[in-house]
Amino acid sequence: MTSLPEIWSYLSEEPLLWLTATLVAYVIGDAAFRASHGNPLVNPVLVAMILLAGILWGTGTPYQTYFEGAQFVHFLLGPATVALAGPLYSNLHLVRRALVPMLGALVVGSVTAIASALWIAQALGVEGAQLASLAPKSTTAPVAIGISEQLGGLPTLTAALVILTGIIGAVIVTPLMNALRIRDWRARGFAVGVSAHGIGTARAFQVNETAGAFAGIGMGLNALLTALIAPYVLSLFL
Amino acid sequence: MGTFLPLPTPYAGRIPPDKKATIMVLNFALILAFQLVGEVTSRALALPVPGPVIGMALLLASFMTLPKLAARMLETTKGLLAHLSLLFVPAGVGVISHAEALGQSGVAMMTALVLSTALALAAGALTFVGLARLTGSREDRP
Repeated sequence: MTSLPEIWSYLSEEPLLWLTATLVAYVIGDAAFRASHGNPLVNPVLVAMILLAGILWGTGTPYQTYFEGAQFVHFLLGPATVALAGPLYSNLHLVRRALVPMLGALVVGSVTAIASALWIAQALGVEGAQLASLAPKSTTAPVAIGISEQLGGLPTLTAALVILTGIIGAVIVTPLMNALRIRDWRARGFAVGVSAHGIGTARAFQVNETAGAFAGIGMGLNALLTALIAPYVLSLFL
Repeated sequence: MGTFLPLPTPYAGRIPPDKKATIMVLNFALILAFQLVGEVTSRALALPVPGPVIGMALLLASFMTLPKLAARMLETTKGLLAHLSLLFVPAGVGVISHAEALGQSGVAMMTALVLSTALALAAGALTFVGLARLTGSREDRP
């Protein structure tokens, strides 16, 4: 018989365990989300990541080891982004009629996201490379990391800030939009795509397909706009 | 040819080939191919847009020119997006594991993130609604 520590040392080094753990944690997160009747605070990603981080911490497993298994899930982000063309195509008649509102909301949302974050952080004493890392936080991770490097920021910090922004956006979008009495799914989706990229888009798809399609467009357009304006906006604060 | 035995073919003609599964594999291959073309384009032209976003734009353009392709692929794209949140879990775990990256300015950073995200959401959505009203662009709800 193989001893338990030996089995553990096998499992903890192979992708199987952490891939399974990722899916199970998400299933638990999703079940918790449903049990809470769709309470946005019980975000499935948030629940799953807290569970998994707790398990990694408890077992002393380094993140690199975890990611060996989880990378298979992570990889699907690329194909899923391409697949956004589907709902976009299904909602094309709505998109065509909303070009002006979309462009306006893109510019206002994107500039607000960058400038207000820099302004608040600077007022609270953040400066230098940390401030630069914050500038692209509303855009999708690969773009944000590229921009951060270009601005002299810290790529790892930017990656963390991007994910946190996504989760914050996904959690607050529904109560905030209800408080503002905005019922237009296009506006709700587009705004969350611009401010909270893919995680916001995932949240929008949970609620409504039109909102999801508009969130996808918002995310894509903001990737482009942030790359163009972040250096300029940051230069106003340095 | 060696010896030819008229082997019974028990499945031929009775069970139809699992066409649906084949279409799904083909669709997934197409999606990956679009991502591949997107990645190559993004790198070759040093564009600020990531490969998958270019792949999405190209796939949308293909759907618009070939509605038949869209009809074949819509179910697969829906399936991939049904649990989009799941795909962010691995990166999310990394954030907690690297929480110390936020450093001493953690509270200031979190404050900036929460407030600026709320401001951007409100500003974006209100601008959208305002401009939609001005241009008479309405969302037709069933």
